[in-house]
Amino acid sequence: MRLKLVPQETSFDFFNRWKLWLGISAIMVVVAFTSFLVQGLNYGIDFRGGTTIRTESAQPVEVAEYRAVLAELGLGDVIISEVFDPSFDENQHVAMVRIQAQDGAEAVTPETIAEVEAALRIAAPDIRFVSVESVGPKVSGELITTAILAVSLAIGAVLIYIWLRFEWQFALGAVAALVHDVVLTIGIFSELQIKFDLAIIAALLTIVGYSLNDTVVVFDRVRENLRKYKQKSLKDVLNLSINETLSRTVMTSVTTLLALISLFILGGDVIRGFVFAMIWGVIVGTYSSIFVASTILVYLGVKRDWSKPSNTGGNQYANIDA
Amino acid sequence: MLQFDLWKRVLIWLICAVGIWLALPNAFYTRVEAHNDAVAAIDKGGATGELDRQVAAWPSWMPSSLVNLGLDLRGGAHLLAEVQVADVYESRMQAMWPEIRDALRPERDTVGTIRLQPSDPQEIRIRIGTPEGMPRALEVVRGLARPIQTLTGVGSTDIEVRGEDDVIVVTLSEAEKLATDDRTVRQSLEIIRRRIDEVGTREPTIQRQGEDRILIQVPGIGSASELKEIIGTTAQLTFHPVVGRGSDGDANPGVGNKIVPALDEQGVFYTLEAAPVVTGEELVDAQPAFDQNGRPAVNFRFNTSGARKFGDYTAENIGSPFAIVLDDEVISAPVIQSHIPGGSGIITGNFTVEESTNLAVLLRAGALPAGLEFLEERTIGPELGQDSIDAGKVATIVAFVAVLTFMALSYGLFGLFANIALILNIALIFGLLSLMGATLTLPGIAGIVLTVGMAVDANVLVFERIREELKTSRGPARAIELGYEKALSAILDANITTFITAVILFVMGSGPVRGFAITLGLGILTSVFTAIFVTRLMIVMWFERRRPKTIEV
Repeated sequence: MRLKLVPQETSFDFFNRWKLWLGISAIMVVVAFTSFLVQGLNYGIDFRGGTTIRTESAQPVEVAEYRAVLAELGLGDVIISEVFDPSFDENQHVAMVRIQAQDGAEAVTPETIAEVEAALRIAAPDIRFVSVESVGPKVSGELITTAILAVSLAIGAVLIYIWLRFEWQFALGAVAALVHDVVLTIGIFSELQIKFDLAIIAALLTIVGYSLNDTVVVFDRVRENLRKYKQKSLKDVLNLSINETLSRTVMTSVTTLLALISLFILGGDVIRGFVFAMIWGVIVGTYSSIFVASTILVYLGVKRDWSKPSNTGGNQYANIDA
Repeated sequence: MLQFDLWKRVLIWLICAVGIWLALPNAFYTRVEAHNDAVAAIDKGGATGELDRQVAAWPSWMPSSLVNLGLDLRGGAHLLAEVQVADVYESRMQAMWPEIRDALRPERDTVGTIRLQPSDPQEIRIRIGTPEGMPRALEVVRGLARPIQTLTGVGSTDIEVRGEDDVIVVTLSEAEKLATDDRTVRQSLEIIRRRIDEVGTREPTIQRQGEDRILIQVPGIGSASELKEIIGTTAQLTFHPVVGRGSDGDANPGVGNKIVPALDEQGVFYTLEAAPVVTGEELVDAQPAFDQNGRPAVNFRFNTSGARKFGDYTAENIGSPFAIVLDDEVISAPVIQSHIPGGSGIITGNFTVEESTNLAVLLRAGALPAGLEFLEERTIGPELGQDSIDAGKVATIVAFVAVLTFMALSYGLFGLFANIALILNIALIFGLLSLMGATLTLPGIAGIVLTVGMAVDANVLVFERIREELKTSRGPARAIELGYEKALSAILDANITTFITAVILFVMGSGPVRGFAITLGLGILTSVFTAIFVTRLMIVMWFERRRPKTIEV
């Protein structure tokens, strides 16, 4: 007996309430955007400069005490947070100390770090400093620019690829889904105030890749079915294609999520934010390839006859059956 | 479609076998690492019993390349330094002054007195006594300009000379600045590399980034400050003519001179000519030694041009004091006893043996031509790296088992085929990583785990398609054939798009992010290969043996 998450034959009507789905997506995007504008992201030092120190000690972390000893140094904004992870030993207490970028210095000076370390030793004598990272404002500014450029480039490259292989309506649908996924991911990071650093940009780009993967598989089937069922309406063809690929969509999402969830639980706290972004991206990406990309395709309409070349859309690359 | 040529079969299995072969050393990481280190040590300093034993622990006919572990996994320090290229302009301009002075001296009758004016450090201003002699003065000074060879700056010279009333202003030309910047960064890179090599750590990464930056990553070092101390110690050795000696550090030294404190005498200051006679850049060798009284000292030797300058100066200035300056402190100011030809000498001072050894090392490694500003620095403790490796291992194994079980439950025998392909896939990734000498980072491990999840996608696409075709087609063979045929375009489109994002990540990203891009990109390549060749070959071989009338996918 086989494990089947989705019955062999399905005939869900995905466009029955397409206005509702598109509406929900639109509202979510607006909420994400507002949250981003109002709260802003909790940028890590990669993007705003400053220093983070990861400490470890046998005694429990007394955040207030740490703060008190550091306040005397006059380093400006200092954020102290305790880190919890199931993989820690019983007497392994970890804290992250974040210090804002200091005026007049690019990276933090060794003297400042020595002062901070000495101060923290008063609060917890056996404290160890397992990592110290410092990024100057010059580099962090460039990293932001590069990050934005990377995400835009990825979306642009994908737009061109799909446009070459399919038609512009497909490209537009796919890119709308991508932007939807990226915005929602940024939104949840701003809403939950999870640290947003360079690794999250990598996660964003992976989400772009994954979400696209899903969308392309559906579109590929749509293109095939459009040639096969010339009489059916576009909506029906789309519905049929999504139903036919549904089993695969769910299978792949589940295997990917299985892998990611094990990494989320067991992979340690250092990459937890990164893995969280990807898990969220897989869920949102699967949703958007059905309810955003395809719905937009229904709305835009496509050229139906794929057997003849056309002047309006498509081109010589579209008919390469790989 | 179910036909596979023999050569194709052989090639596919051969690729898999080579992949496993190359990946194998990583399964015995510590042993192979010890083997590699021991081989390197024997190469350098001869064999010992212990080293031989370590070498023997891993057979020499086996491959021994390993996946490098990134700093976030191994622990170590990372620095991004910006070379302050403008520093060099200043010393270049200072060095111009004696040259200009000597060139204008014979022209005193036309240009009058020549006097150095205070100015911005990036230019040099000289006032002449007779403004009418300006055209001649400019001509003479322009005569000192040297042509530079660059791709763009054909016919340009290294300095620009202009006259402002009775003042000659000399600056470096733009083309020369560009050429100088490039040289400065390259020199700094080389010097940093030599200094780090002197300390002898394993596999440091020292790379130029962009125009004027240098990335330094040293695994296994205690902290970034320690690394900074090694590379940032500027042993700038210079030899200056002494103008005077006094006890006031704030006295006005006069134009073209500077005041430098003495290293071992409190409250003693020397007034020196700012332009050095010779600099440490012209040193070719420095060795710890002892002077005639048996005190620790450093022997040094100049290259030919340095030796000539040093020889000429000592010949002309017998009887005058002469200062040896290290990092803006006068080590000693001996009186020149005789002409010193040959360009070698000895630095004495109140050194301990250790100090003289360090000084020799620093001098030999050369001075950094310009200051460094550190833009980014990271220290990762080894225990944090080990924790990350452990956590990553457990997570990868659990992810692996979960996906394998799920595939077997969903697709039965075909799921098992996909699982074998998945295991081969991971071996291929590690094989390729080792072959390329790529670096595995923590996000890189995440990339592998993600690949485990996504690699089955291509197989899932095919299997689902075969299921569909089974309903309509004539017989299992045709269904399998059609399944592969029709799923191919979706597989390629889906993977090419993901690959595009991996490439963009690789190009734009740095450090750990780049590590993620590498594993993601390789994972895509290997998973497409295993899905459309390896799994298919396994299915075909199974089908040939069994010839089933019906199949269940």
